[in-house]
Amino acid sequence: MFEAHPFCCQGCKTVYEILSQKNLCTYYDLTSRPGKTFGQPVYAPRYAYLLRPEVQEKLIHYKDKDTAYLTFFIPSMHCSSCIWLLEHLGRLHEGIVKSSVDFLKKEVRVAYREQDINLQELVVLLARIGYEPHISLQDAEASTRPAAARSTIYKIGIAGFCFGNIMMLSFPDYFAGGDLSDTPYLATIFRYLSLLLSLPVITYCASEFFTGSVTYLKQRRLNIDFPIALALLITFGRSLYEIFSGTGSGYLDSMTGIVFFMLVGRWAQGRTLGYLSFSRDYKSYFPVSACVVRQGTETYVPVSELQVGDDVLIRNNELIPSDALLLEGKAEVDYSFVTGESHWVEKQPGDLLYAGGRQKGAAIKLKLSKPVAQSYLTSLWNNEAFQQKQKKVRFDYAEFINKYFSMAVLVISAAAFAFWMIKGEYTTGWNAITTVLIVACPCALLLGATFTSGNMLGIFSANGFYLRNASVIETLGAADTIVFDKTGTLTRSGKLTTHFVGADLTPAEQSAIRSVAGHSMHPLSRSIDFALHTFPAHRVERFSEDAGRGITATANGLTVKMGSPVFVEALPVKAHTDTRVYVSLNGEVKGYFTFENTYRNGLQRLIARLSRQYRLHLVSGDNDNQQSFLEEQFPKSSQLRFNQSPEDKLRFIQNLQQQRHIVLMIGDGLNDAGALQQSDAGIAITEDVNNFSPACDVIMSSRQFEQLPRLLQYASLHKWFVGGSFVLSLVYNVIGLYFALQGQLKPVIAAILMPASSLSIILFTWAATHIGARMKAL
Amino acid sequence: MSAIIILIGFSLLVALGFLAAFLFSARKGQFDDTYTPSVRMLFDDEVQPESEEDITSANSNQA
Repeated sequence: MFEAHPFCCQGCKTVYEILSQKNLCTYYDLTSRPGKTFGQPVYAPRYAYLLRPEVQEKLIHYKDKDTAYLTFFIPSMHCSSCIWLLEHLGRLHEGIVKSSVDFLKKEVRVAYREQDINLQELVVLLARIGYEPHISLQDAEASTRPAAARSTIYKIGIAGFCFGNIMMLSFPDYFAGGDLSDTPYLATIFRYLSLLLSLPVITYCASEFFTGSVTYLKQRRLNIDFPIALALLITFGRSLYEIFSGTGSGYLDSMTGIVFFMLVGRWAQGRTLGYLSFSRDYKSYFPVSACVVRQGTETYVPVSELQVGDDVLIRNNELIPSDALLLEGKAEVDYSFVTGESHWVEKQPGDLLYAGGRQKGAAIKLKLSKPVAQSYLTSLWNNEAFQQKQKKVRFDYAEFINKYFSMAVLVISAAAFAFWMIKGEYTTGWNAITTVLIVACPCALLLGATFTSGNMLGIFSANGFYLRNASVIETLGAADTIVFDKTGTLTRSGKLTTHFVGADLTPAEQSAIRSVAGHSMHPLSRSIDFALHTFPAHRVERFSEDAGRGITATANGLTVKMGSPVFVEALPVKAHTDTRVYVSLNGEVKGYFTFENTYRNGLQRLIARLSRQYRLHLVSGDNDNQQSFLEEQFPKSSQLRFNQSPEDKLRFIQNLQQQRHIVLMIGDGLNDAGALQQSDAGIAITEDVNNFSPACDVIMSSRQFEQLPRLLQYASLHKWFVGGSFVLSLVYNVIGLYFALQGQLKPVIAAILMPASSLSIILFTWAATHIGARMKAL
Repeated sequence: MSAIIILIGFSLLVALGFLAAFLFSARKGQFDDTYTPSVRMLFDDEVQPESEEDITSANSNQA
């Protein structure tokens, strides 16, 4: 408690002190629980590498006389208080000139005066108020800012402008029924104006349809852009002919309108959450700096400068940057992300440690034996099989329909042309064939597909299921096999369940144990504290922690000792595979706490539901001590494999694919990276979407784990929605064809049909996708 | 009837002006972030206290 306000931890209390000194308490007024609980205290020397010129050059975009501008990615911002505070950074330090937030990308653009505050101080300030910027090797090496999204906005603006004005200029033509003989000069002026306005649309706005068709044609393939480009060209060509020969006003309004609607559809489909990255490689996982000990002094240097033979100090919760020899300290390394092993690996000085693991105990000192780029982990990443391959877009329902549709259109137009030619009415023949091709443009099909995908992507995101792009939806719907990883996927990473094995403990004793455990920051102690949290905590005296061995203290009248069997003076114990913390009270050993990963809630039901529709398999990097439990959960036909290396996992998926299965892989760690790439769709499950996850097609929040069957079922509805919008568009096509086949398609009819069909398809897809979501309780 | 030509001419000019403003603002990056401005505009402007005494009296007044 501080100034009569309750705080959950020292970190949050410190933040309050900083903010109230600078009169920034509005932070607390805007949201009820702003900020995020601190993981570990801020240690300023860790950021010393930021003062180096080469690092600054990569991070700072722009410098003028005395101000520097750069952008930080701050994943912990999540509410309006965060935005408020980050935009008022200038009040925390005079050197900060301006700061502006882009919430969807979770970025802050900061401008600061270099002589008043340097980069290290700035980052430390942000970390101290709870908004530590995430700086990874990938950022420090290259920062690409996509300006492609902007050109779509320009195109939509211009197309909308031209469409609206052409339509306005066409109204006289509609109302006069094509007969403007009393004021012929007006008709000519309007028509030429419309032609002028249509030029930017066909040359600039519609350019992606032409370039798309050409790219595919070069590969001797056709995609949906081709018939659209063809229809646009024919419409424009025919309109040109009509206007120059004075025989009519052409169909420019329909043409520009459909371009506008299709561009809007593509834009809606392309919106993704800017802060998620689906193609992170190992470089995003590693920290940017590590603590090197040279001649007794500790300095933080960029990881890229680490050399073989350097002595590196790894503190609690820090990552091991490269393969190294353990010099001092007891290593308790969590490799679950890298190999899938659920229990921490314990090593003694003299042992070799691999890169990528996270040290869970007290600080250790290592001597690097390999450069960072050549550790086992990076060699795994550089393995050809793990390289980013362009996944074949196997399923595109819209293109499937399009093939048959285009053929039907060509047949119909050829037949109509032949019919009129035989009858000897040549002009009607030409009318018919050109207008049939205009009316039968599969534009509505594209519209239906893009708006369906756009809506579904939004609904998935609202349910914590983030897809890389729209083509993943179809793959999810078409899958027939699911492969699971175990550690971190089926089990909750970070949370260990514990239970006590030994003598029965009285409530007073459990209270004492809980109080003592609560004083230690060690993850095992935190688990014990959590497990016993229903017991009141007492004041603790004479607390001492012997790093790596145990803790001692007095609470509630009892002397509590917790830790390794030797520390607690227990009888010699035989080797065991689980992690144990022994407890003695007043010198008498009472037993031990054993820890195991918890399986996620609803696992049994999830497997049961999925097994009805999919074949299920398990590949785990962990040992097989869970085999009997898992055999009960999975159906009989499932394969359960343990002790799998990352290559084994990849090969397993390859095997299934060779048997013509469509495979979904669900994993969470680096050891799943190859399998996630190889599978038809890879789903990375994570506790916090801001954290690193390997390259994948879907990032899934672990809270949504139980929803997986419903999410997959919803994905399979995609083709129904697209099919439904196609049927709807057929109604309009048929009406249009009725006129076109007779050579009687007046511009006004086309101009009514086009927006009517576009708008009704947009409405239909919106309604269908949302009703579908309701039905699946999403 | 010639009036309509002039009217259409002007209306097109005005509309072109709007298009130019749209393209200009898109170029300046105003459409890059479509979410944060909606939050930002709801923040209150605060009266900045002049000195230390004002800050402490403001704090104690808020209680």
